[in-house]
Amino acid sequence: MVNSKHQWKAWIYLAPAIAVLLVFTVWPIFNTVRMAFLENYSGLEATNGATFSFGVGNFVKVLKYKRFISCLKNTMILCVLTVPISTILALLIAVGLNSIKPLQKILQTIFFLPYVTNSIAIGMVFAAMFNIVGAFYGTENELIVTAGIINNVIEFFGGTPVNWINYGSQYSANIAVMTVYIVWNALPFKILVLLGGLQSINKQYYDAARVDGSSRRRIFARITVPLLSPMLAYVVITGFIGGFKEYTSIVGIFGENMGPADDAGRLNTMVGFIYDSLSTNSQGRASAAALILFGIILVVTLLNLYVSKKKVHY
Amino acid sequence: MNDVKMETMSEKDMRRVAIRQAIVKGLVKFGVYAFLIIMALIVLFPFYWMINSSLKTLDEYRMSVPTFWPHKVMISNYASAYKTANLGKLFVNTVIVGVVSTILSLVITVLSAFAFARLEFKGKDMLFAGLLATMMIPGELFTITNYGTVTQLGWTNTYTVLIVPFLVSVFYIYLLRQNFLQIPNELYLAAKVDGTSDLKYLWRVMIPLALPTLISITILKMMGAWNSYIWPRLVANDAAHRLITNGLRNAFTETTGDVNYPVQMAAVALVSLPLFLVFVFLRKYIMQGVSRSGTKG
Repeated sequence: MVNSKHQWKAWIYLAPAIAVLLVFTVWPIFNTVRMAFLENYSGLEATNGATFSFGVGNFVKVLKYKRFISCLKNTMILCVLTVPISTILALLIAVGLNSIKPLQKILQTIFFLPYVTNSIAIGMVFAAMFNIVGAFYGTENELIVTAGIINNVIEFFGGTPVNWINYGSQYSANIAVMTVYIVWNALPFKILVLLGGLQSINKQYYDAARVDGSSRRRIFARITVPLLSPMLAYVVITGFIGGFKEYTSIVGIFGENMGPADDAGRLNTMVGFIYDSLSTNSQGRASAAALILFGIILVVTLLNLYVSKKKVHY
Repeated sequence: MNDVKMETMSEKDMRRVAIRQAIVKGLVKFGVYAFLIIMALIVLFPFYWMINSSLKTLDEYRMSVPTFWPHKVMISNYASAYKTANLGKLFVNTVIVGVVSTILSLVITVLSAFAFARLEFKGKDMLFAGLLATMMIPGELFTITNYGTVTQLGWTNTYTVLIVPFLVSVFYIYLLRQNFLQIPNELYLAAKVDGTSDLKYLWRVMIPLALPTLISITILKMMGAWNSYIWPRLVANDAAHRLITNGLRNAFTETTGDVNYPVQMAAVALVSLPLFLVFVFLRKYIMQGVSRSGTKG
């Protein structure tokens, strides 16, 4: 079927896609690397005719930058907390869903619901749930009108209310709120993938195990988890990739302040750092940070693949 | 005599074991349902709280003991939310960007997927592999340069800047190509013999057969426009072109302190409603699209 007419035609079909990709995908790869290795590159100065010398100064500067280190730390902490929690919860829910008949469809629908939400909008709902209305600056004589529904629930069970996200709140409290929100957001995709995996496991394995009289826990550990391991590896890898790119969920809860009122930027992430650098026209710094982010994602993904190669049964 | 007695004993034992097994099974089933229902309630709670809060008066919202259903239902919160955030204009902008970019994106995706699935040309496999490789790179890396590019093109604060840079999704091309490949090649060859043109074949045979994938792409693309935040804020955050998510965030900048939550929650509910409707009516396609993206690894 290969003839010259076809060759020519294929490129016509591909032309629009290639044109857009060349400008907005291929060129950026080269240009971003170029800007990262030009000392203190600034787009604004470049248009005014400034030239920049070649060097790794941007990388050194970014890594020495206190705010970048704090962004890196936040990103890492959120990743390390949310990926295991959401994966384990999703696994339990998926296994539970797979074992029941009545109510399965409706529960499955409910668990998928957070996927089709706007992370800024629902972030605002979470903020409302954790917010102490009336606390502005944490001073003594403020009139706190309502402690927020989460604190109401805590008080109902006899606990003391926590300053989750307001002025003067603790870093750990902020991270706890973010973890809850990110896990809530991450569950649907993971449940969908894991449930799909569970439903494709051959029932004969379970029948054989039952004949042998294996216990539930043994069946779970020896059959379900190993046969599900490709899916588990997949949700963990995509979870980490998504986790390293965390940004809008924090904007949803804390606004563009990226932190409580008294400590703006406290919860900023790697992606946030990149956009902050970009908005101050420091493209060199932004590019270096983006390449570092890419490097981290690559290393973590390869690490995951290496571990799963040893553990995953295909 | 003795033998018979022995037998009845063991029968009793067996029955006891069976009963115990049934009880354990029942308890496990109960535990599973309890866990799932509690988790489902936790998942649903933010939605309930959003609607509950959006219908309260400000005074009722601020009561120290929360009410779980508004005493006085304030539908008017929705009207003031609509006015405060200028939601009408935001809806229109988002729909324009969403519809135009979806249509153009579908055309480009179909043509490229067809070329990769059915046509033969030099360097096809290499080109396709190269495209797939770009999927690994985080989008931020592109954004840095694209921000400069669109500024130089003079595209800032236009609809163009919100549409063109994201027209081509390698992932959608991949998804559709896989779907096209499942359609037997014999159909294509038969059509060729009949003298049907490629475009006609694409339109009459391939597109109808790949319709579920195309619907999934459409929904995901529309949802993308609805939920996009970072890029629009960077390049088109003027009142004339602002999209819904940015508009929402801009209209309600305060997240902590003394916020007029009922109105804010009404705005959030209005922004969430279209997504919810899409979910209710087109759930199958969304879940298909998402789960297929789940098997791409």
